[in-house]
Amino acid sequence: MIRFENVTITYADALEPVLQNVDLHVPEGELCLVIGRTGSGKSTLLQAVNGLVPHFTGGTLLGKVSIAGRDTKTHPPRELADVVGVVPQDPMSGFVTDNVEDELAYGMECLGLKPDVMRRRVEETLDLLGLADLRRRPLRTLSGGERQRVAIGSVLTMHPRVLVLDEPTSALDPGAAEEVLSVLHRLVHDLGLTVLLAEHRLERVVQYADRIVIVPGDGRALVTGNPAEIMRHAPVAPPIVELGRLAGWTPLPLTIRDARRAATEMRSDLAGRRPPLRLVPHATPESSVTESVGPPETVATLTGVVVTYGRIVALAGVDLAAARGEVVALMGRNGAGKSTLLAALVGLVPARTGQVRVLGADPTTLAGRRLVHRIGLVPQDPTDLLYANTVAAECEAADVDAGLATGATAALLAEMAADIDPQSHPRDLSEGQRLALALAVVLVGEPPLLLLDEPTRGLDYAAKERLVQILTRLAGTGHAIVLATHDVELVAQVATRVVVLAEGEVVADGPAEDVIVSSPLFAPQIAKVLAPEKWLTVSQVARSVGDAG
Amino acid sequence: MNRPGAKWALRQRWLHPGAWWLWALGLAAAASRTTNPFLLLLIIGTSGYVVAARRPATAWGASFGAFLRVGAFVIALRLGFAVLIGLPIGTHLLFTLPEVGLPSWAQGIRLGGPVTAEQVLLAAADGLRLATMFACLGAANSLASPSRLLKALPTALYEAGVAVVVALTFAPQLVTDVSRIRTARRLRGRSTSGVRGFAGAAIPVLTGALDRSILLAAAMDSRGFGRTAEVSVRSRRVTSGLILLGLVGIGVGVGAGLDAGTPPGLALPLALVGTATAGLGLRLGARRGLRSRYRPDPWTTPEWLTVASGFVGPIVLLFTATDVLNLSVTPLTLPALALSPVVGLLIAIAPAFFAPAPPDQIRRAARDLVDVRVPATVEPVAA
Repeated sequence: MIRFENVTITYADALEPVLQNVDLHVPEGELCLVIGRTGSGKSTLLQAVNGLVPHFTGGTLLGKVSIAGRDTKTHPPRELADVVGVVPQDPMSGFVTDNVEDELAYGMECLGLKPDVMRRRVEETLDLLGLADLRRRPLRTLSGGERQRVAIGSVLTMHPRVLVLDEPTSALDPGAAEEVLSVLHRLVHDLGLTVLLAEHRLERVVQYADRIVIVPGDGRALVTGNPAEIMRHAPVAPPIVELGRLAGWTPLPLTIRDARRAATEMRSDLAGRRPPLRLVPHATPESSVTESVGPPETVATLTGVVVTYGRIVALAGVDLAAARGEVVALMGRNGAGKSTLLAALVGLVPARTGQVRVLGADPTTLAGRRLVHRIGLVPQDPTDLLYANTVAAECEAADVDAGLATGATAALLAEMAADIDPQSHPRDLSEGQRLALALAVVLVGEPPLLLLDEPTRGLDYAAKERLVQILTRLAGTGHAIVLATHDVELVAQVATRVVVLAEGEVVADGPAEDVIVSSPLFAPQIAKVLAPEKWLTVSQVARSVGDAG
Repeated sequence: MNRPGAKWALRQRWLHPGAWWLWALGLAAAASRTTNPFLLLLIIGTSGYVVAARRPATAWGASFGAFLRVGAFVIALRLGFAVLIGLPIGTHLLFTLPEVGLPSWAQGIRLGGPVTAEQVLLAAADGLRLATMFACLGAANSLASPSRLLKALPTALYEAGVAVVVALTFAPQLVTDVSRIRTARRLRGRSTSGVRGFAGAAIPVLTGALDRSILLAAAMDSRGFGRTAEVSVRSRRVTSGLILLGLVGIGVGVGAGLDAGTPPGLALPLALVGTATAGLGLRLGARRGLRSRYRPDPWTTPEWLTVASGFVGPIVLLFTATDVLNLSVTPLTLPALALSPVVGLLIAIAPAFFAPAPPDQIRRAARDLVDVRVPATVEPVAA
């Protein structure tokens, strides 16, 4: 169905090709998962499928890419629209019309299909994707999962034979991701669609894949194979696979069900053992605050906080406190009030009733340096915080903002990510590097309260691993960290406390072990495999096994 | 497939947006020809009644009130200017403002001084005429939002229509971007107000908008936007020529029609010939596009009747005596009225009764999201 023959792609100003001598064949009816670091050329590979590379992006493509027998050299993307459906990373960015029904019809209108055919297909697609109740809704009012399903539906109506998706679940909460993936699963199994999918969150998708393609980057050859084979040696793997590797299970389990069946013995071995601490702070002894006697100092408190936007109640009476050394994870579906809670903590939205106090001050009254030295917030898109043309200029500006000597931010950045060229433009950095830069900019003021909104969005495994280390160290040096996230594996690794929000209310608040292990949606993979014991990460199991042996 | 007859029987569907806009344009054209406050108020009342009866439950549907407020503002502005710098006409002195002496280079402009009733009345009538035209525009906006009108554009104008639709969806996005970036500036302890705050936010907002438009363009390309059939250069030129000629014809015709001094025999034929030429050009241009349209609004009897009802008024006004059309203040009497213009304008109220109700009007009573009043003229029908 999709065939790459000796393809080399070089962008206009680049010295090195992004992809070199790629040979790939995806047969009809397969769900093919593409993995690789950010910047490895995954997106380029996906965009080459429907000819966006090179017709739209520029650059040169040597070799031949063909879809269902059509060569992309002679067919620009619009001439391939009836064979390949492309769903962009942010579905909102690709919407042309303003309501669900028109959006589903848009592609068919471009193809010039007859009105009765269009009408029938729209109705079928509404039912297939469970969108019938939303048909007249404006697209702006949809939730993330609904938008993603509409985006899939908007290309499905053209009856493509190939579906290409770039990180379809990275911005979704676990429930919505489940929704989208089950739709994809159904399309592959019932309709025989060929799906090419790039995703960082392997734990969500690996069990659906028929084939995995690793894009190693730096022009090295692609690695292709079936998931169980590839996962045995892949540099990145979901926790369940790591557990399987640790225990030496064959065949390697890819689903919770298989892993649970393989883990019977392990569960009885671990029964009665106390899971070791998840967080091993790499803190230097002199800066360690957590060992000081007495309960740690509370940094931020919310008492009965109500926040409203017009008639919408975003927070309905929230009580919460965060102390030094704590990592509080806010979880809940999109729109549950997580971001609003962070905004209230930094004083961006005033509390209608109730009280917000950070280090004894009302955050809405703080500004300038008084704010920078107390609270740091890294927004969902870290680019919002960056304005300068080079990394070096950005660091100097941050020094000035915080009233520190030149070089402070640059030193901090080097500590977190050493491989950043100070002369590069912040927009050209990878997602992980950009997050590190934003973190450095925020942390240079040494705010005791650090807030992060969806920090792992778009991060690959290596960048996420580094973030986990940074957060663990910050908690060890006495920062209070509050993070809003959908990433259950991140929560399993760093959170000391989990707060679950729903409709602006706190529905669960307690130690991470207690809250997430019992939740069907928020439980990390290891917890699902080893329940009812409260193990959350592979490294806990590894250390426990290591101690015993 | 639904036969046209079946559509006529359908009491609930969207009336073609073009029909509403033509109906409103007819009323606006009538308003432009007269300063008789009775006739103007009649036009406002007529359009208001139709809006109340047939507006959809969308955000656009509530825009009529905003246009009325703009109209009121226009009248106030016009009155203010008349009082401050207008020349006194007639003999009925109302009051005298202190006069400001202006330097010699500003001779001919008078600030303050005596204000007469005639002068105020003329200005008010003139302002009311503008306000009435705003009301007609508002009625069209409420009854058929511009985005629905754009969807009904002829294929030859489709690409221009898409550009406008995209711009319309980008505008609110820009507003949210600005607030997001100002927020982020505050997080870094910088000022969010003043020139520096604005300049600091401008570049990220613009780069963000640029990024988004590139993404959108890529998505549209991937979804088949811009597939065209092969058409010769000559045919393309003929098409553009015809459209241009037609537009000139319409422009001259409409201009002549609005000028009360031109004989009515000239305006109507010119406008009609222009419309026909432009229509031919658009039809030729449609050959280039492959596009089809999803659930197009049909153009059947109610559409024709709606347009006709809107145009009876202005056509009658073409033949109405000038002493009825124009408010005369010497002597200061009530404006004259005649039966024919009143009846002609009243006919425009008919769509409130025969036009099909918008499909969402019934459901909106159940929605607690938007606070809307169901007009008394519409019987709630079980869907």
